[in-house]
Amino acid sequence: MSKFNKGKKKDSPGISTASLPDIVFMLLFFFMVTTVMREVDLKVKLETPEATEIEKIENKSLVSYIYIGEPYDTKKFGTSSRIQLNDQFAKVQDVGPYVEQKRSEVDEVLIPKLITSMKVDEETKMGIVTDVKQELRKVQALKINYATRERLKSE
Amino acid sequence: MPSKRRALQEINAGSMADIAFLLLVFFLVTTTMDSDWGLARRLPPPLDINQPEPPPIKDRNVFVVLANANDQLLVEGEILEIGQLREKAKEFIANPNDLPDLPEKKPTKVKFFGDYPVSKQVISLQNDNGTSYDLYIQVQNELAAAYSELRNSLATEKFGVTYDYLVEVNDKPKISAIRDIYPQRISEAEPKNVGGQ
Repeated sequence: MSKFNKGKKKDSPGISTASLPDIVFMLLFFFMVTTVMREVDLKVKLETPEATEIEKIENKSLVSYIYIGEPYDTKKFGTSSRIQLNDQFAKVQDVGPYVEQKRSEVDEVLIPKLITSMKVDEETKMGIVTDVKQELRKVQALKINYATRERLKSE
Repeated sequence: MPSKRRALQEINAGSMADIAFLLLVFFLVTTTMDSDWGLARRLPPPLDINQPEPPPIKDRNVFVVLANANDQLLVEGEILEIGQLREKAKEFIANPNDLPDLPEKKPTKVKFFGDYPVSKQVISLQNDNGTSYDLYIQVQNELAAAYSELRNSLATEKFGVTYDYLVEVNDKPKISAIRDIYPQRISEAEPKNVGGQ
């Protein structure tokens, strides 16, 4: 005769799931707030190099992106690095009009704050990058940012 | 008239969790957590043909960094690994022992510091069309790190806090004083095409 087992067995009460929606909603709001929709479909491989001395771009609405890298579809586009602007491949000469179009979209006071972010694959050769930079100089888009991944500082 | 009023039926909220899960999964899948980080740089304005030639800079004031198509570095006529570049650049920029082959110094009035010998350093960077972008960024990064380490140690010496901290609290007069002493002068020469594409 055990002291604890008092004949009658108690039904274990089921865990209340009433607060489950609340928890899920909390997660949902977190992701809704932090989410950034991808602006473009990448057509080029993009593995940016690592660096330590980096800064964050605060205002994303003032940034125009230039992607450079090897196309995913190498059968169709070859393996040499290509420039992608918005959703399509472009030539070096298209960079100027692209930046100018961005300029016309924003408020006039914000034009000096515009940044061009170059997202370039680390295996790209500098030739094409230099060409794009020369093109940016021609249209006076002088504030640029080389997109990089963060590397932890080794002391 | 019915004598008994029917009790208002409650909406079944049991499926709310399912709906919320569905939305949650959608945002989980579409979300990209990466924010935009990168090295900020300013390009030089386009060349003006009518502009007079700038005065020549003495050889001792220029720190020449060359990168070739095989991703090798030539720094001041010496083949270096990327890991050695930072120390070399720091020594050049600060010229702590006033060596005759490192940059000259000119006493300049700087707020907080009084007359401070500011070195006339310029870093010149030239790369080939065949240099990899990775190496280019590593060089830029090491040079920026050299400047920021010097600025940090100067700020710690003078103000007791690092330069990074001054930037964080946005202490403009102190920041500009430090910048006056160690201005970041990285000039990129017009590219060459020696190694081919």
